[in-house]
Amino acid sequence: MKFSVSRTPIDVSAARLAVADKHCGALAVFEGWIRNHNEGQEVERLEYEVYRPVAEKEGAKIIDEAMTRFGIRHAICIHREGLLELGECAVVVCVSSAHRDAAFDACRYIIDQTKIRLPIWKKEQYITGVSEWVNCEQCAAAGHAHGGHKHD
Amino acid sequence: MKIGVRYFALFREQAGCDAESVEWAGGTAAELFQLMAERHPLLRNQAAALVAINDEMSDWTSTLNEGDEVLFFPPVAGG
Repeated sequence: MKFSVSRTPIDVSAARLAVADKHCGALAVFEGWIRNHNEGQEVERLEYEVYRPVAEKEGAKIIDEAMTRFGIRHAICIHREGLLELGECAVVVCVSSAHRDAAFDACRYIIDQTKIRLPIWKKEQYITGVSEWVNCEQCAAAGHAHGGHKHD
Repeated sequence: MKIGVRYFALFREQAGCDAESVEWAGGTAAELFQLMAERHPLLRNQAAALVAINDEMSDWTSTLNEGDEVLFFPPVAGG
């Protein structure tokens, strides 16, 4: 499956192998990791909630769009669900292509679209004991799309 | 008409439930959100949220049909 959701740690080596192809001279890999801080708060761990029926369908669409738009050979994206500790891999995108430009561009497209279109939410648990759903307050306040400012 | 509503993540906490059934005169997904926001005062920020109908991503301007299941997604944060 090109897009999938995993409750267990992501095997990045297996994801790389899934896009291996002798016609390809380029492999672009993006890994998103759980970091220890967000907006001034120290993060202890994080929980992802995923609504799979829509996330899997929409995730597959994003990959199909990237294949058409950039003419790449293969792409795969795996996103974690459940409780994750600091340093764990939350998401991986692997794209293989004949040349590097298309691989980089498609990889970027897939992770950017994954962040703004898929029904995935994260709840951060801070060292203070407080936990909060993470969302873009700027977007929530202004009701705009993600054009005016940058997300990590 | 009868519509099923489901809430996720922050919306589930704001609504105080994960699903409910609504009987109403009909209208768009945005109008249904407004109705539910009146019933659950903490529910807000429809402009930054996403909506799906019967497990398909949809638009707030979509007109709902009898028996539809509407999914309200608060601002997403994958990756």
